[in-house]
Amino acid sequence: MTPDLMEEGARRVALHDGIEYIPQTEAGGGSADFGRHAIPGEVDITHGRILYLEDVSVSFDGFKAINKLSLDIAPGELRCIIGPNGAGKTTMMDIITGKTRPDSGTVYFGSTIDLLRHREADIAQLGIGRKFQKPTVFEQLTVFENLELALKTHKGVKSSMFFKLDSKQSDRLAEILETIHLSSSVSRMAGNLSHGQKQWLEIGMLLMQDPKLLLLDEPVAGMTDEETARTAELFLTLKGHHSLMVVEHDMSFIRTISEIVTVLCDGSVLAQGTLDEVQADERVIEVYLGR
Amino acid sequence: MTKVVLPTKGPLMSGKGWTVFFIALVAVCGLAPVLNIVVPADSAFHLSDYGVALVGKIMCFSICALAMDLIWGYTGILSLGHGLFFALGGYMMGMYLMRQIGRDGNYHSDLPDFMVFLDWKELPWHWTFSGSFIATLILIVVVPGLIAFVFGFFAFRSRIKGVYFSIITQAMTFAAMLLFFRNETGFGGNNGFTDFKRILGIPIATQEMRMTLFALTGITLLAFFLFAKWLIASKFGRVLQAIRDAETRVMFSGYNPLPYKLTIWVISAVMCGVAGALYVPQVGIINPGEMSAANSIEIAIWAAVGGRATLIGPIIGAFIVNGAKSWLTVVAPEYWLYFLGALFIGVTLFLPDGIVGLVKKLMRRDKGPTEGVVAARQALAREAGEEADAQETGMGPIVDLGAKGARA
Repeated sequence: MTPDLMEEGARRVALHDGIEYIPQTEAGGGSADFGRHAIPGEVDITHGRILYLEDVSVSFDGFKAINKLSLDIAPGELRCIIGPNGAGKTTMMDIITGKTRPDSGTVYFGSTIDLLRHREADIAQLGIGRKFQKPTVFEQLTVFENLELALKTHKGVKSSMFFKLDSKQSDRLAEILETIHLSSSVSRMAGNLSHGQKQWLEIGMLLMQDPKLLLLDEPVAGMTDEETARTAELFLTLKGHHSLMVVEHDMSFIRTISEIVTVLCDGSVLAQGTLDEVQADERVIEVYLGR
Repeated sequence: MTKVVLPTKGPLMSGKGWTVFFIALVAVCGLAPVLNIVVPADSAFHLSDYGVALVGKIMCFSICALAMDLIWGYTGILSLGHGLFFALGGYMMGMYLMRQIGRDGNYHSDLPDFMVFLDWKELPWHWTFSGSFIATLILIVVVPGLIAFVFGFFAFRSRIKGVYFSIITQAMTFAAMLLFFRNETGFGGNNGFTDFKRILGIPIATQEMRMTLFALTGITLLAFFLFAKWLIASKFGRVLQAIRDAETRVMFSGYNPLPYKLTIWVISAVMCGVAGALYVPQVGIINPGEMSAANSIEIAIWAAVGGRATLIGPIIGAFIVNGAKSWLTVVAPEYWLYFLGALFIGVTLFLPDGIVGLVKKLMRRDKGPTEGVVAARQALAREAGEEADAQETGMGPIVDLGAKGARA
């Protein structure tokens, strides 16, 4: 293909995407990346990976919490992570969300965003939401206010001072209230909710952020069977539009939702495959299932 | 499924709230001057000069308590150094008042007396703008604000929290006190500034001037109250409370807590600075003693006694504690500090939400089921197979500030 044909193609793509196209003809088309347009702040998933960890290591006082961990997640994938206590599951989430800085390795969000160069709040704004192991909601605020705070919008001081919920945002809020089954508790203090409801509220807050990738640390801990089933249902509807990484110990829950399961042990990947495959794996049986 | 009814944002204050607000406004601007100046001294309704001075002073303290509430009650950051910002505002005003003395000082010099005493020939650089009232007004805001900004920036960026933050703020005000005690610093050393003669060329000790300053303080307090109310009602205010309750969740929700903490910290410091500037012309003296550790701790006590995270509470607290102080220091001066200590322990143990918290609790008991009870009943209803009705879930204005009040 000649450079001017590529040029024309790139111009059309730009026109279609509604972005301004700057002609690159002077360089004969050589320097221009005609395949795609990297838009600042947009996650580039053209390489088929939304999260990419390579050779990540971190140690705390000589203890290697994460040891040359490599892992990647495809857009729209629902990945389950299992592993014995101390395998590094939470530490891995800490690294992805910017809470912990690894000693070495690379962590990419899409193919252009280096997560190690961002802080917690930036990473959240880029589109990575995180649910903690212990449900953390704002206990002194109402369910409504909790969701409103999480809403994806400008999060600077001035915009917060003059913030007003518009009708589109209200609709979104109402929709999520339905999804998390808390519509009848809008004005209740989050601190007065049951444990399972707090878990749901936290998931709702993640959804308000409209993240591209959700990291969920033990999302069904402390939930009743009915709530667990509802959560599984919710995650399956989220799959496809969002990428999910779920850390859980509840095997029946994992069986309901999982496609690919990654087993972590001693800070690195031990095995990967469907739940049946990893459960049949000798090494996994040895370290994790303890049989 | 029924459509979800989202709570709508209410007005800034209820009708009753506004009524009380305007009564307070009329009281400080109209009633008090009339009672003091017009009503004859032998009348039972006469407001004595002592009363004016006392209430004026307490209103300045109330502004500090309000400022403390914003940073401690709502954001969960306990500052034990707010006395410094109060004193800085006071010193800015004091410098202007010293220059207003002109040649009427003991040494009949253009320089303030203490400079003549130290044999200084000209004003030090930091007195450059002290001659201008406008510049002084600006400095009253800028100096405490700037110092708070620099201090806060480094402290919050390093993620210093909780008791460590409290300790360094205490150290900050103590260090400043030692600095101001020195004569070389150029702030009158140990004695500070006193013996003021006039403000804007008008004699300061007249009844009219006192009343003007009194009314001005009252208006400032009410204005700051409204401002704080607006701030807390905005999403900004809710982010502050969120920072208090779960800072990591705030970060993972995409907010950088640093600018939020810094903004409220600076606002709080500026409010204290303004309070100090109003305080100095009314009491007629400012010295480094205002920066002592105890003064800053007292501000926190006012807020705690009245009730943190309530806005009106700290103002009530400032009035009650200072009222008790001025009465007790006359009746039994040696017991005041014991009383203060006992009060603080008592409030911490038995009234974690202060006086306002207690009143709210009593009122709620009269009004019927609390939110928790409503929730429990609903759960029972749900178990019985009925879907809970969205309308009865407490769309009403029950705001529970009960059980777990703000804790730093």
